[in-house]
Amino acid sequence: MTGSMVEAPPAHVPDELTPGRSRWPGLRPYLPLVALAVAAIVPYSTVNLPGIFEGPLNSPGTLQLLAVCLVFGGLAAGYDLLFGRTGMLSFGHALYFAAGVYGTDILVTRAGLPLWQAALLTITGGTVLAALLGAVALRTVGIAFAMVTLAFAQVGAILVARDFGGLTGGEEGLPLDVSGLPAALVGVTNTVNLYWLALAYLAVVVFVVHRVSGSPTGRVLAGLRDDERRIGVLGLDPYLFKLLAFTLAGGLAAAAGVVYCLIVGGASPHVTSSELTLSLLVMVVLGGPGTRWGPVLGGILYMYLDHRLTAFGSSETVDALPAVLSRPLSQPLFVLGTVFILAVYFFPGGLAGLRTRLAPLTRTLSRRPDRRS
Amino acid sequence: MSTVILLALTGLGLAALYFLVASGLSLVFGLADVLNFAHGLFLGVGAYATWWASGNLPGAGPDGFGFVLAVAFGVAAGVLVAVLVELVLIRPLYSRTIEQVLVTVGLSLAGVALLQATWGADARPFPRPGWTRQVTGILGANVPNAGLLLIVAAAVVLGALLAFLRWTRYGLVIRAGVENREMVTALGIDVRRAFTLVFAIGGAAAALAGALGGVYFGTVSPGQGGSLLIFAFIVVVIGGMGSVVGSAYAAVAVGLLQQFVNYYGPSGLGDVCVVALLAVVLLLRPQGFAGKVATA
Repeated sequence: MTGSMVEAPPAHVPDELTPGRSRWPGLRPYLPLVALAVAAIVPYSTVNLPGIFEGPLNSPGTLQLLAVCLVFGGLAAGYDLLFGRTGMLSFGHALYFAAGVYGTDILVTRAGLPLWQAALLTITGGTVLAALLGAVALRTVGIAFAMVTLAFAQVGAILVARDFGGLTGGEEGLPLDVSGLPAALVGVTNTVNLYWLALAYLAVVVFVVHRVSGSPTGRVLAGLRDDERRIGVLGLDPYLFKLLAFTLAGGLAAAAGVVYCLIVGGASPHVTSSELTLSLLVMVVLGGPGTRWGPVLGGILYMYLDHRLTAFGSSETVDALPAVLSRPLSQPLFVLGTVFILAVYFFPGGLAGLRTRLAPLTRTLSRRPDRRS
Repeated sequence: MSTVILLALTGLGLAALYFLVASGLSLVFGLADVLNFAHGLFLGVGAYATWWASGNLPGAGPDGFGFVLAVAFGVAAGVLVAVLVELVLIRPLYSRTIEQVLVTVGLSLAGVALLQATWGADARPFPRPGWTRQVTGILGANVPNAGLLLIVAAAVVLGALLAFLRWTRYGLVIRAGVENREMVTALGIDVRRAFTLVFAIGGAAAALAGALGGVYFGTVSPGQGGSLLIFAFIVVVIGGMGSVVGSAYAAVAVGLLQQFVNYYGPSGLGDVCVVALLAVVLLLRPQGFAGKVATA
């Protein structure tokens, strides 16, 4: 039902297929690699960016923040596989992420498995869970699908919060037992390795999502988003393709959970909350649904702002404002929610659509000097 | 036996709370196709406005007529917010379902954060009349009065809503609009005015739920609406979107199931059972108990 009503973003032509008007057209395909290389060598830099980060770039605090941002960039890209590319509005994505976080934590801390086994089991388990629940939830479409996924995720949140069998630690969460982990991933001085792990995860997700959306399967998914009935008429089974996308996104989210658990060093019940799914939705929409880099940027920016706005809200500049202004500004969610609402109205394409929206403006700006000369 | 009666009546109290939230959600969804995530915000606004009024509004207070005045103030605040949300935020996005959902999602995040910024994240004690803290003996069971108050309020709201839908002109427009919106528009009736009306009704019912929920739980906190909202969504889906009566049946089923299983099984199992019920209903009867019809 919703599939046909979605105001879908126009059928997306991959960037590299459009003839580039940039100054160095030959360089364009390599830009992601350049960005990856730059991101990989960031930990070697001691540059201090006051106002943007609290310490120099290679300080553990900054690296941990960056690592969390990168993981959520990847998580948002995976969620976009559902929302932006297939047009499925799932409100339960937090469940698979939480399955990754708690799965790793429980297998390592409670069962004492080595990390690689725990990670492998968790990712497999998360994927199977997504396949099973997806198989039920996809019997419904549109808003009902959103509701069912929301309800399933709520069961996850209840199971974690009520602490059945004493596995999850309930409200307090479960700190990760680091004694069995490889030494390279433990301790403040090794935060840089976690950063690289997060970067690797992001690169893998971007690669997978890109390959899937470029493949024939990806075209079918885009077709499902734009007109599901037509895909059915063409003799393809929408259910199977949607289940495939749902399972893949669930597996990617579980992998994100594994990495996140290592970065944060434990699990806390807030990763199971429906708010996490809602913020994923915000990330994707802010970044630009259905684009390759939009959700990644949206995820990174959202987590960064969420973290930094807390610091900003308690800073002196804000405290000096009258209470009417300073109190709402000290709530990151208020600022992000407001920005999100404004984005839905004024920038439907998100960050990735900004360039096209601002094109008339930049054209007039760049034309003016020509006329003068 | 007295345990069963106690559980049944407290379950019905819970069901009343769910119904108050779900009836508005259901009507809004049935008529305007808006899945309103900001409904929890209306509830929060109602609760906090009642709480504020009983301390600050002249004439209002935690007891007797003052309490009625405070609740009326809370309901008025809920209506005001709901109408403003519809006019300012939802109306420009008419017939763009996904964007409407996104806007209400943003609103629920920002609105709850705003409540939290203004009154703090911690739960505050709710001013409640002394008699709501006492219990009434019914067939040997000591039932808390706050639960009975909720049941009575929900029954009154249900009766009023049904009467409104059946015997007034606007009720007719809403019923027709739920069934076939294009046809109503084609007959020259401005359905959008009915949208504002259902938002106002939903806001009023949610705000009432917030105020009476505050009495029931004894505290008020910014996140309260969100946790109730998920169960209200489940009630709406089980009951059938757009059906007030379906919501009432589903609310009773969900409230009783939750209360009984949580008591006799391990705590939390009732919530899981409710979701299982949702899955079963969706697989067997995707349109819910009552389908998309707003008649009685």
